[in-house]
Formats: sequence, C-alpha cells, structure tokens
Amino acid sequence: MSSAAALTWFARQEIRLAWREWLAMMTGSRGKRKRAVIALIVFAAVMHLPAYAVIGRFADIALPLGKPELIVITATIFLAWALMLSQAIESVTRVFYARADLDLIMSSPANLANVFSVRIAAIALSVTGMALLLSTPFVDVLVVGGGIRWLSAFGVVIAVGLSAAAIAIAITVLLFRLIGPSRTRLVAQILAAVIGAGFVIALQVAAILSYGTLSRFAVLTSDAATAYAPDLDSPMWWPARAATGDSMVLSWLIAGGLLLLGVVMAVLSPRFSDTVVRVAATARPVRAAARATAFRGGSRQQALRAKEFLLLRRDPWLVSQSLMQLLYLVPPALLLWRSFSDSSTAIVLTTPVIVMAAGQLAGGLAWLTISGEDAPDLVATAPLPPARVTRAKIEVVLIVIGVILVPLIAALAFASVTQAIVTAVGVIIATVSATAIQLWFRVQAKRSQFRRRQTSSRLATFAEAFCSIGWAATSALAVTIPVAAVVTGAITAAILAATWKISPRRG
Amino acid sequence: MQSDLPALEVRRLTKRFDRPAVDALDLTVRAGEFYALLGPNGAGKTTTLRMVAGLLKPDAGTVSILGIDALADPVAAKQIMAWVSDEPMIYDKLTPLEYLEFVAGLWGINPKVSAPAAQQLLLSLGLEPHLHERCEGFSKGMRQKVALAGALVHDPRLIILDEPLTGLDALSARHVKGLLQDRVRAGCTVIMTTHILEVAERMADRIGVIAKGRLVAEGTLTELRQQNGRTDTSLEDMFIALVDAGAAAA
Repeated sequence: MSSAAALTWFARQEIRLAWREWLAMMTGSRGKRKRAVIALIVFAAVMHLPAYAVIGRFADIALPLGKPELIVITATIFLAWALMLSQAIESVTRVFYARADLDLIMSSPANLANVFSVRIAAIALSVTGMALLLSTPFVDVLVVGGGIRWLSAFGVVIAVGLSAAAIAIAITVLLFRLIGPSRTRLVAQILAAVIGAGFVIALQVAAILSYGTLSRFAVLTSDAATAYAPDLDSPMWWPARAATGDSMVLSWLIAGGLLLLGVVMAVLSPRFSDTVVRVAATARPVRAAARATAFRGGSRQQALRAKEFLLLRRDPWLVSQSLMQLLYLVPPALLLWRSFSDSSTAIVLTTPVIVMAAGQLAGGLAWLTISGEDAPDLVATAPLPPARVTRAKIEVVLIVIGVILVPLIAALAFASVTQAIVTAVGVIIATVSATAIQLWFRVQAKRSQFRRRQTSSRLATFAEAFCSIGWAATSALAVTIPVAAVVTGAITAAILAATWKISPRRG
Repeated sequence: MQSDLPALEVRRLTKRFDRPAVDALDLTVRAGEFYALLGPNGAGKTTTLRMVAGLLKPDAGTVSILGIDALADPVAAKQIMAWVSDEPMIYDKLTPLEYLEFVAGLWGINPKVSAPAAQQLLLSLGLEPHLHERCEGFSKGMRQKVALAGALVHDPRLIILDEPLTGLDALSARHVKGLLQDRVRAGCTVIMTTHILEVAERMADRIGVIAKGRLVAEGTLTELRQQNGRTDTSLEDMFIALVDAGAAAA
C-alpha cells in the first residue's frame, strides 16, 4: 500500500470511529441509527425556534456595521470559539489517555507522524462538524431573515473550528512539556470546563460590577466598550465582517485556520508518539496518604457514605466535570455580595440560578452515586436491603448539595428572608426531582462513563433539564408573581409525574 | 465449624433468558467442603451462582444457605456468604486497605476485628507493599487478590467464586488456592467454577458438571470415574464425555 493510500485508509478508519462514537453518544450505545437521525432532524428543526428568539432581530442588520454591532458579533464568535476550544481540549486528552487503539498504532510499522497527522485532522474535523451542526439553526434564521450574505457565517464556523482544534492541540502538548503527563489530564479538563464557561461568566461579572445586572450585553453595548474598542479597520473585526458576508475576509480567515492547523500538524505530529509513550511510561502508582491502619467504626450506611465521599474527593476529573455548574454560581454570588451595598432588584435573579445549579449538580451527583457504582456486585451481595443502600447514596447527594448551597442561601437570608426560604425550598425540590429521575432511570455503569451519562437515557436527560428549568422558574416567580408560580409549579410537577409514569422503575 | 445443614441447597432452580439458562437445577453442597462446578461456556454455571448470591432473581425454585431461605431472607443469607466474580470489581480510587475497611463496614464487622484481619489477608496475598497505593494502577491479578481479600475479610461461612484464578500468575494462583484451602480446613465452604480442570482435580472434594442448565454428573473424582466406567481416564476426557452425553440427553 502506498503512503497516500495508507493515509486515506487510516483517515477513513478515523472518520468511521468518530461517527460510531458520536452515534453511540446520541443513542446510548444502542445503535438505533435511524431513530438517532430522525431525533436529530427533529431537534434541529425545533432548535430554529429558540434560535429565532435569540438571533432573529439581528438578521436584517444594516451594513456597514458600527462598533456596538461589531463588538456584539465578535463577542458571540469568540464565545463559540471558546466553546469549541473547550471541546477540542477534551477530544485531545481523550486521544492521549482513553483511546484503546494507541498500543496497536504504536506497535504497527506505520509512519507515526503521518498517522497522528490524520488523527489531528480528525479532531479538527469532528470539532468543526459539531460546531456546524449546532450553528445551523442560527445561521438558517439569519439567512431567512437577512439574505444569503449570512451563509458566509458557515465559513466563519469552519475557520473558528480549525483554529480552535489547532490551539487545543498546542495547549495540550505544551501542558505535557510543562507539567508532565500525570497532571496534564486534570489541568486540561479543568481548562476545558473553565474556558467553556469562563467568557460568559467574565462578561456577567463585569456587568454585575459595573451595572448591577446579570446581562452580559450590558457590558458589550456600553459606551465604555465602544470607547475602548479598536478602530473599524482593525483585524479584530474580521470574523464579524466575514460572518456578515465579506467574502475576501472570509477567505483569509479560512486560510489562516488551515495554515494554523497545518503548522500544528507539521510541528507536533512527530512528537505526538513521544507524548503518548510518556503518558504510558509515567503511569506511576498513586499513593494515598498513609494513615493509621485502624478501621473506623459506624453503621453500614456510614460505611457507604464514607466510601462515596472518599471517591468524590479522590476524583479530580469528576470534580472538574461538576466545576462548570459551580462556576455559574459565581455571578449570582457576586450579585448577592453587591446587593448588600445596593438595593438592586436584580438580586431576584439569584434564586433561579441557584435552584437550576442545584438541580443540575444533583443530577450529576445522583448518577455518580446511584448508577456509577464501580463494584455493583459487592454492594448487591452486602447484607443490607437495597432500599438502605439507595438511601445512603441519596444522603450523599443531599449533603454535598447542602454543603455547597447552604452558605449561599444563608447569605441570601441577610438580603431577604422570604427569598432565602423560597430558594431553599426550590433547591430541595430541584435536588429531589433530579435525584428521583436518576433513580427511576438508573443504568449500571462505570464512574469513568460519567461523560456519557446523558446518553444512557435521552428521556431522563430531558426530564432532568426540564424539571431543573421548571423549578428554577417556579422559584423565581414565587418571589415575584406567586400566582404564576402555581402554574409553572404544576406544569413541572406534571412533567415529573409523566417521567415517573414512563420510567422503567415504575412499580 | 461443621454443620449438619448443607451449606447450599438448591431445588428446581430455573432461569430463562432467550432460552433456559438454568433448568430446574437441584444441587446440594455440604458444609465444609470444596465444591468445583464445571461446565462448558454458556452451561449456566455463572447464572446459577449469581442467583445463589442474590444478584439475579430466579424464575422458579428455592435457594437455601446453611438453612436460611435466601429468597425470603436475603440479608441474613448475605451476611454469611461472599461472592467473587471473574471480573474483579473494586474501586480504583481506594487503596486495598480502604477497600477492605469499606467491605468490613458493609458487613458490620467490628473494626477491632476487621483491621488486623485485613492486614493479615493482604499480607498473605502478597499485597503488603501496596497497602497504601490506589488500586487504579493494579494489574488484573492484583485486583483479583484485593477482591478476594474483600470477600474473606468478613469471615464468610460460604464463599462463592466464579473463575477466581483468571488472570493470576502462577505464584498468585498458589497464594489464592492456599488461602481457600485454609478456609475450607477452618470449616468454611467454598464453591468455585473454573475452566482449569487441573485445579478442580487437585482442590475439590466434590465436582459437579453442569451442561445446558442441568447437573449431568456429580461426585468425587473417583466417583466420576466410576460413573464414566473407566478408572484411568483424565478429568479432561471425562469432562468432555459427560458434557457430550449431557448435551445429547437434553
């Protein structure tokens, strides 16, 4: 087989693996390809509605663009880039640490630089493909409302995807060299979480500090932002210009993205194999702090709870996965802090954010403790009734949520006792709902499969999300328009009841 | 600590998946004996033992562990029983000692008793240098030894092992076999499935051969040879003949 043919063959293999991995994520490894495709089409169609609500009013924006419009569009593109970078960092760490085929590839007589070039290209392709898929409803809305000039936004997505993949690979390899393989995984995953949420949160923090509101547009459209922004002919605005139909600038952007990726492939592909070897070679045993060998006493449930807490504490990867949800608590906490010196009504917004965070965090934790049991046979053969095992695990979820959110709710009580009570009730209901859904839809899995927990049951995922949103809205309305809260509360309770009715655990 | 009650008494035990996996199986294992359950792949060995351990609900039949009805009172039955599967399921982020502490806690064992017992077990399995290392870097053999130590730390009266020697090197396998024989000498009952016929031949007091969910032969090695009509045949030849006969009869 010639070198070119071998590369084509390997590229085909990579694309097939990426497709199957994606399909497994979409279908929960059940291989229902037709249903997945239909669901995807329906989802994409439905996504046009929120896309219209978010972006519809910008479709007929007049050219040439002024600074405020350029700032908003550029910030939106930068946000998309940050999210793609986050996803690409995840993909690269997965290639280093989780792919089962690295031994096979490394032991084969193939040219490793070529093979890893293809793999880098595959990462770029999958990141860009996913971004194109998610951006399609938004671009469609812009094209329908503002004409075909907006089609060039697809080109911007491609350019942004290519550059995000290239930079993600460079960051990860750089981390390897700076801090070594054992820490890179954790740091890269935390980086991925922080980068994804960081930009939005930074804008919110700036908005709170400057304007006392959670709206990130407050900063972007402010006079100060316009004053500090570069001139209209600055390259900083190229992505925004390209998105609105400047084909020359678009060509430069795509060429720049391809060049960046090409440089990364040329420079880093030959070193990829060294990096992989170092990952394998430095898999040293991790020693826990040696403590006295005496065992602790306590009940069987206490043993279960202690084990769950220890496992949570010892798994920084899982902590980083939950970090994203906790990061979103930073702006409301800041808003809360500001409210002590300012009688802003924006503090009401903290309630739904806290309740939403509780629901999402509880869903993740409940999956880890209930479904993500690494020794199910051991626990199932232990001499205690299954109900007590479940109760101990639920207690862990409630304790963790309590430890994280009680200080925030206590602080809220100083600003408004009523709102603190409503928030506390909302947190409890959202936590119980998310935990119950995980219980009804439990599927035995390894903790390391946490990333795929949302694919084990699409229904559970959507129910969990809708309930969290529903309880967050209900809590916010309970503070502002109590009558409306009854309606949203009833709707959310109905969603929860319907979820139970169709759950496999019913009865 | 021998008992008149059988360690395990299974009557008309049945489980169907797409086809009958266990078909009205009757099986009795005496207290204090080492019992090897043999059979080809898919014969129903693991399904049978998983039902006994309470991991799978039978469609029909009864399971009695040292006189305790395991289906009516599973908690009492589990208190005196231990299960070790061929795929060691332990927690990667715990050290062997922490794992044993957790298991002892689950079985409600007094820490003053379980802590020295855990140390002794890990020592006898050659895991002493790794007491404070997290299990995530362990080989399959080391993981299997940790799982076995977990099964023994609460001093069960019945130990059920599904292919426990898979993945163990010769020295580790000897450690495990020695440990199990010590337990049997102390009055404990061991039921083990294995594909390594030599292990069954050397260690088991009695051997049961299962095919298509039914017990096709049972007894000591001598009894099996007599049943087979030849005294000079190897267990492997006998096993193949019994399984073929069982399959033909079914």
